[in-house]
Amino acid sequence: MKISATVTLKKEVLDPQGKVINQTLKNMGYKKVINVRQGKFFDIELDETDREKAKVVAEEICKKLLTNVVIEDYTITLK
Amino acid sequence: MKSSVIVFPGSNCDRDIAVALEKFKIKNQMIWHAESSLPKSDLVVLPGGFSYGDYLRTGCIASKSRIINDVIKHAKNGGLVLGICNGFQILIEAGLLPGVLLRNKKLKFLSKNVFLKITDIKNRFCSGYSKKKKIELPIAHNEGNYFANGEILKKLVDQNLIAFKYCDAEGNITEDSNPNGSSMNIAGILNNEKNILGLMPHPERSIDPLLSAEDGSLMFNSLLKSY
Repeated sequence: MKISATVTLKKEVLDPQGKVINQTLKNMGYKKVINVRQGKFFDIELDETDREKAKVVAEEICKKLLTNVVIEDYTITLK
Repeated sequence: MKSSVIVFPGSNCDRDIAVALEKFKIKNQMIWHAESSLPKSDLVVLPGGFSYGDYLRTGCIASKSRIINDVIKHAKNGGLVLGICNGFQILIEAGLLPGVLLRNKKLKFLSKNVFLKITDIKNRFCSGYSKKKKIELPIAHNEGNYFANGEILKKLVDQNLIAFKYCDAEGNITEDSNPNGSSMNIAGILNNEKNILGLMPHPERSIDPLLSAEDGSLMFNSLLKSY
C-alpha cells in the first residue's frame, strides 16, 4: 500500500518561509498570488493490503513522528 | 556531583560542555545516544549542535533515540536535566518541556552575544544569579523562536517557569532586544518541578575570562551549590 502524507503548519503559526516565497512570487510578477504556506510531503510504502489497517498505521506515524502536533496538521491519502 | 553528556550524531557542543563540567569538578561521562541505559548521574546534559542534521524537525530524530527513555525516567525521578540549544529543541520534541522552537523570525542563523534577564532564581540552575541584573551569553541558532499557545504561556508566567528572557544592555525586556521572535522574549524555560531547564543561549561558552566572560560559570556554581 502506498500512502502519502502532507504536513503543514497550523493556520495560526507564523510561516516565515511561506511569507518569503509569497513575496518572491509577487516580485516575479504573479500579482494574483494571495498567500503561500510551505509544508512537507512524505511518500510511504507500507507492507499492508488492508486499507483500514494501513490508515491506522499512517495516522500513528504522523502523530508520533512526522508532525509536531503543537504546530502542524497532517493529511493522509491512501493510493 | 556526577553528570552524563548525551552525544548524538551531529552534536557539536558536547566537548565544550564536558570541559565546562570538568572545570567545576563535576565528574562527567560522555554517553552515546544508542546506549540503552544511563550511568548513575545527578545531571544529564543534552548538548548543542545539529543532531541528525536537523532532519524532519530540529531535535526530532534525537528525541526518539534509545537513551532518551532513560533520560525521561531520570527526569521523572527528579534528576537534573539541562538542554542547551539543540538540547533544548530535543527536550521539547521529547515532551519534557512544553511549546515548540520555530525558525528564527528573520530566517537568519544568529551567532552573537545577547543580554539576558534571569526571571526566576528559585531553581537549582539559577540560584547563583540572584545579584545579577542581567547577564551576557552567546547564542548560535537557526530555530530558537519559542512559540506556545496562550494557555501554556500563562502557566509559564503564573508558575515562574520562565528562567531567562532576552533583554537589552540595561536589562529592559524590549521587542528590539528579542533576537529571534520568541513569545515574550523567552530564552529558557523550566518544567513544573524545576528540575529540567532548556535554554537557547550557551552557558558552557562563557566559563573562562581569558576566552569570553564568566556569566555561564554561575549556572554550574548554582548546580554545585544545590547538590
